Amino acid sequence: MIRIENLKKKFKKLQALDDINAFFNQGQVISLIGPNGSGKTTLIKCILGMVRADSGSIHVNGKQINGDPSYRSQIGYMPQIGRYPDNMKVGQLFRMLKNIRKMPETELDTDLLVKFNLVSIFDKPMRTLSGGTRQKVSAALAFYFNPAILILDEPTAGLDPLSSEILKEKIMQEKQKNKLILITSHILSDLDELTTDVMYLQEGKMIFYKELSVLKKETNEEKLGKAIASIMKGGKREALWIDEVLALKETVKTN
Amino acid sequence: MRLVITILLLLAITTAGARIIVTGKGQPVKTLKEAVALAKDGDTILLKNGIYKEGNILITRSVILLGESNTILDGDNKTELITISGRNITIKKIQFQNAGYSALNDFASIKVIDASNILLEQNTISNSYFAIHISNTSYCSIRNNKISGNPTSEQLTGNGIHLWKSSHALIENNYVSGHRDGIYFEFVTESTIRNNRSENNIRYGLHFMFSHSDHYINNTFKKNGAGVAVMYSKKVIMTGNHFEENWGPSAYGILLKEISDGTISNNTFLKNTVGIYMEGSSRMEIQKNAFKNNGWAMKVQASCDDNNIHHNNFNGNSFDIATNGTMMLNKFFNNYWDKYEGYDINKDGIGDVPYHPVSMYAMIVEQNPTTLILMRSFMVSILDKAEKAIPSLTPENLRDDKPMMKPNAL
Amino acid sequence: MLKLSRYVLYDILRSKVVLAYTLFLFIVSFSLFQLEENDSKAILSLLTIVLIVVPLISMIFTTIHYYNSYEFIELMLSQPLSRTRILLSEYAGVALSLLSAFFIGIGIPVLFFAFDGTGLALLFTGGALTLVFISIAFLASVKARDKARGIGAALLLWFYFALIYDGLVLLILFAFSDYPMEKFTLLLSALNPIDLGRIFIMLKMDISALMGYTGALYKDFFGSGTGVFFTLGIMLLWITLPLLWAIRVFKRKDL
Repeated sequence: MIRIENLKKKFKKLQALDDINAFFNQGQVISLIGPNGSGKTTLIKCILGMVRADSGSIHVNGKQINGDPSYRSQIGYMPQIGRYPDNMKVGQLFRMLKNIRKMPETELDTDLLVKFNLVSIFDKPMRTLSGGTRQKVSAALAFYFNPAILILDEPTAGLDPLSSEILKEKIMQEKQKNKLILITSHILSDLDELTTDVMYLQEGKMIFYKELSVLKKETNEEKLGKAIASIMKGGKREALWIDEVLALKETVKTN
Repeated sequence: MRLVITILLLLAITTAGARIIVTGKGQPVKTLKEAVALAKDGDTILLKNGIYKEGNILITRSVILLGESNTILDGDNKTELITISGRNITIKKIQFQNAGYSALNDFASIKVIDASNILLEQNTISNSYFAIHISNTSYCSIRNNKISGNPTSEQLTGNGIHLWKSSHALIENNYVSGHRDGIYFEFVTESTIRNNRSENNIRYGLHFMFSHSDHYINNTFKKNGAGVAVMYSKKVIMTGNHFEENWGPSAYGILLKEISDGTISNNTFLKNTVGIYMEGSSRMEIQKNAFKNNGWAMKVQASCDDNNIHHNNFNGNSFDIATNGTMMLNKFFNNYWDKYEGYDINKDGIGDVPYHPVSMYAMIVEQNPTTLILMRSFMVSILDKAEKAIPSLTPENLRDDKPMMKPNAL
Repeated sequence: MLKLSRYVLYDILRSKVVLAYTLFLFIVSFSLFQLEENDSKAILSLLTIVLIVVPLISMIFTTIHYYNSYEFIELMLSQPLSRTRILLSEYAGVALSLLSAFFIGIGIPVLFFAFDGTGLALLFTGGALTLVFISIAFLASVKARDKARGIGAALLLWFYFALIYDGLVLLILFAFSDYPMEKFTLLLSALNPIDLGRIFIMLKMDISALMGYTGALYKDFFGSGTGVFFTLGIMLLWITLPLLWAIRVFKRKDL
């Protein structure tokens, strides 16, 4: 569904993406992981067309993305920090997007809208919402149009445990529907039950892109965090994230 | 008793002598030439309707030449039509057309030479080089004539009403258009120009030179190439005239050059490039005039002195006053200036701070006319404001110390 | 496109700045006509507003609006909408609101008190300058990296067009006063929309002065049919070129 070829992007001196090649297909749930500034969000923004790559190409459903914005109607995007027009009311936001995407009422996926009980705050302006509520709105919007591709940037960050569970459940359901789901997250443990594949980025380079089962087999680890930690142990590392440190400690202990 | 009889006798003689010579096709006298030859002093020639092409006709006897509703004298673009030289001669209700053009002579429809007490009335003159050409006369009246030319160039067109070396003339209720100068005066004294309308002439609506003690009153001068010029004359009184839309690089409502001891009052200057342009003029009273929407209301050159400019109203002019030097020997007082921003604390109707009618920008434009393109720009208004605070370029003593808060009643 | 502009417009109207601007223009022009003894003086003051205040407000308002709508633009970018369409919608929304403010605030009083050639020229110029400076402001905003730089650039540009440019013209005219500069000044006037608008109004207001000296040349040119088309054409260029440039930059920009 998404094919990425030789993708490169440089911001001033920082090489944000360095020769990325990958193929994402339907039914996959890909965990895009890596430390801060490793290029995860840049990659996502490239797929969404918000950031222009310096070289290389991205194909969605066999068509290179190049000016024509229509492919985005197949994508549901949940940004890391949802920012919305201050004066716009929640209900208005949903109505506006419905208006833009021109999707019949019956095909809309209002699942999250109901579960997060967002209808009750439909007449509240966006600026009055807390960070968590905004995340709920973002999540509900991403799934609203029942897209074939879901791109979720740090979906569970800022959500309370209950909402987080609801969202994960929803992602599971969509996975069953044979959709392509791309998730970035710092918190590796979150992704364990969902992930089918793992893509690891560091300093703009793709370190590996493997099926989770293969990864587990190679490392003999059951947990995603541990698996990654174990694969990275030998390599030169500059930054570790908290899960990794914890996982490392655990492997040291068990050994 | 003898006196009465004498008077009656005299009356009988004069009435018996004053014949009416009816002239025209099917009349006893066929041509104007014959009629003029037959006529004696006091006779009237009644010229019936028709077109007469008889070349130039000289009238020297005291006769009245009277036309009908459609009596036309035509010169076929070759000849003059009537030449008058004598006393007590009247030309009335005749239509003159196509008088010729000559590069050597001032050809005219009606030429008056060495004459007095001449009356030219209700004539229509079209397409001639000069229309009425008068020289060396006294007591000529030119009334209710309609004169129009086909202007080509300044050289190929003569003046509408041209007077040279005459006195006591009266020019009244005429309409002149399409000539070089509408009305032209040279060495004409003690004469009056009243209620005329002179417009669309190539050069001046009224051109005045070396003509002293004349009045011109209630005339309208509109859209003439260069407006009105009054030059080298003394004691000229100009009142109640209307100067409108005289537009051009050298067009003026009135151009005053070497003029002294005259009065310009109660005139209206509307939409002229320059309302009044003064050069070398002295002791003029310029009062109670209305200057409205002119480019420059007045340009007073530094060569003018002792003029009093007061009780005028200045409204909506692009520039009020411009001058070419820093000397100013004229007095401005009690004028109303719409651009005045002063106050009147004692409520006597007179502003408490003087008004400087020459703006910095007016001085700049005077030096470099191309900068006119910057008129009304933000920068120009800042320059003007700065100059008002710290005057340096504008003549300090060109000011109205008693500016009116409200427009003067004119 | 109009669909999107509707939301832009709605957002602008909610902020009430435009309403204040309308009211300001209306009160100023109405009281000018009431206080001044003749309408031509009021028109003169309105001229300053049209040539100085209208461009300034258009620039500042547009720049601030652009940065305030950043979230909206981001949200739209993840939707199947082209960048050109998004920027044009923003332009249409801003233009519509500022134009209505101008035509209600100044247009109505002028139609009531000074419905003549000068008044109409004033309205035409005000409307055109509004559109021109919105275009320029969009260009400045799209090019600038942050809000402060954007507003700074807008202010500088306004200062340049409103004041500095004329100062330079004056310097040039004096430096080359020995040469025939009339045709050259015609060209110079086309390079500043404020000058062009000013001359257009001047042709109605100061026709008498313009007939003198070199002014006759300006009058002959601008007063003729070609001159009117020239003015219209150049104004149109001033509206479209910065906008097209802004779109070009916006299309290549990483957001």
